[in-house]
Amino acid sequence: MALLEITGLSKNFRRGSRGESAVLPVLRDINLSIDENEFVCIIGRSGAGKTTLISLIAGLIEPDTGSILLGGQAICGPGPDRGVIFQNYSLLPWLNVFENVYLAVDAVAPQLAAGEKRRRAEHYIELVNLGAAMKKYPRELSGGMRQRVAVARGLAMDPQVLLLDEPFSALDALTRGSLQEELARIWMETRKTVVMITNDIDEAILLADTIYTLTSAPGATLGPPIAIDTQHPRTRTQLTGQPIYQKARRETLRLLAGGVADPASARAKNGATLVLQ
Amino acid sequence: MEKRIDANALILPLLGVSLMLMIWTAISLKVAPDLPSPLKTWQESQQYILNPFFKDGEMNQGILRFAFLSLVRVAKGFFLAIVIGTPLGFLLGLSPKFHQAFDPVIQVLRPISPLAWLPLGLVIFKQSEPAALFTIALCAMWPTVINTAMGVRSIGTEYLNVGRVLKLSPMKTLRKIMIPATLPFMFTGYRLSLGMAWLVIVAAEMLTGSPGLGGFLWQEYNSLVYSHILLSVLAIGLIGFTLDRLMGVVERRFKTA
Repeated sequence: MALLEITGLSKNFRRGSRGESAVLPVLRDINLSIDENEFVCIIGRSGAGKTTLISLIAGLIEPDTGSILLGGQAICGPGPDRGVIFQNYSLLPWLNVFENVYLAVDAVAPQLAAGEKRRRAEHYIELVNLGAAMKKYPRELSGGMRQRVAVARGLAMDPQVLLLDEPFSALDALTRGSLQEELARIWMETRKTVVMITNDIDEAILLADTIYTLTSAPGATLGPPIAIDTQHPRTRTQLTGQPIYQKARRETLRLLAGGVADPASARAKNGATLVLQ
Repeated sequence: MEKRIDANALILPLLGVSLMLMIWTAISLKVAPDLPSPLKTWQESQQYILNPFFKDGEMNQGILRFAFLSLVRVAKGFFLAIVIGTPLGFLLGLSPKFHQAFDPVIQVLRPISPLAWLPLGLVIFKQSEPAALFTIALCAMWPTVINTAMGVRSIGTEYLNVGRVLKLSPMKTLRKIMIPATLPFMFTGYRLSLGMAWLVIVAAEMLTGSPGLGGFLWQEYNSLVYSHILLSVLAIGLIGFTLDRLMGVVERRFKTA
């Protein structure tokens, strides 16, 4: 059974107030099924409703229709079982790196002894290679380092699903590349179930087991799944030479353009997964 | 280049002060013969300044002694103001209903002068000291209330979302997220409140006749020693300026945190 099961999800935003409010459908009929240990990327243009989708899964906003089941249970509001890594890092600027992560450990496992909580926080900070910056404040860190702290905090919640909302979009290309590879390594080590929102096709192909495209708002919905059926860990150099990379890229672009799917993905519409190999 | 800026920073304020002294002298010579000139003010006040801690009766003390008495009074009133004003600001910022209920009351109370509160304080407390504190607290409270409320309302949703995802208890959200996020606003409020409290002290001491800079000022007016009015005025100004600078330093410390 799937770990995360989304059925018939839709979300409208109301524009204007009192009387003449216009209803703007953002997401409609989102269906998504994610297995345990799967790495899923959802890719869409900016303004497509990607952040709305991740906020719905996180429980930060309520859907208008549809349901989200996590491990068979309907989700109810936000909770640490769905660790969120926000686009803008959302570190608390008045806490240092250690305290930011410790806050998460303390929140999800208050019953532990203080020493054990410290050890756990330190473990996750070392996992993202920030052991030397433990006592630094967010303002003293670069964007890439801040996002690593956010990753450490997300992992420290020990969530069932890790939700990443365009985590690297604010970073320069070189930093983004090294963080992507680091995320791949961490994912290999922890094997968390991950849902990552992105607008970077290469990033999605590098990291994901399955890619979904999100059509553009209003009324955005998910395209058929595109399976990236190649071994982890992948490296950029090794990947770009492979035919699967070209195929996945072409298919993702086609779906994003809203074009008619090619015969291979016509099958996918009927429920079968489009497998690229 | 930098040397020049340094020189300007010294010369220009000196120029400003000298100009003021010249205008003051001119007024005392030509316009208001009762106004003591700077020189006369100095001659008649020097014992208060050169011997700032002497005491010769309740209403005849060195200037720093009076300043100390006033500062203690202001500290008490200011303390009351922030102890009441900070939680009030939090309530206003957190609850739109509370805000709707009490914002009109606050907007009406805010512009009331200390001269109006003081008689009311005397009616309520029957003694001058509590009445003075009541007046200082009531007048000085509003900047703290308003800035704290504004700070609470402007806490970024991203910080609150962190608390929601971690399912922090309301107390922990307050302690770990809301108070630290509001701190810079609170301290801006505290700085303005302290300035207000210092402004009110003169009125409070004048009307209650308590020993302090304001009380001294009023007594010397009644005894026709006008140079001492100027002495008090200058002391009040200098101390107010120092207080504001000190609070500014504290405020900046919390801004960067």
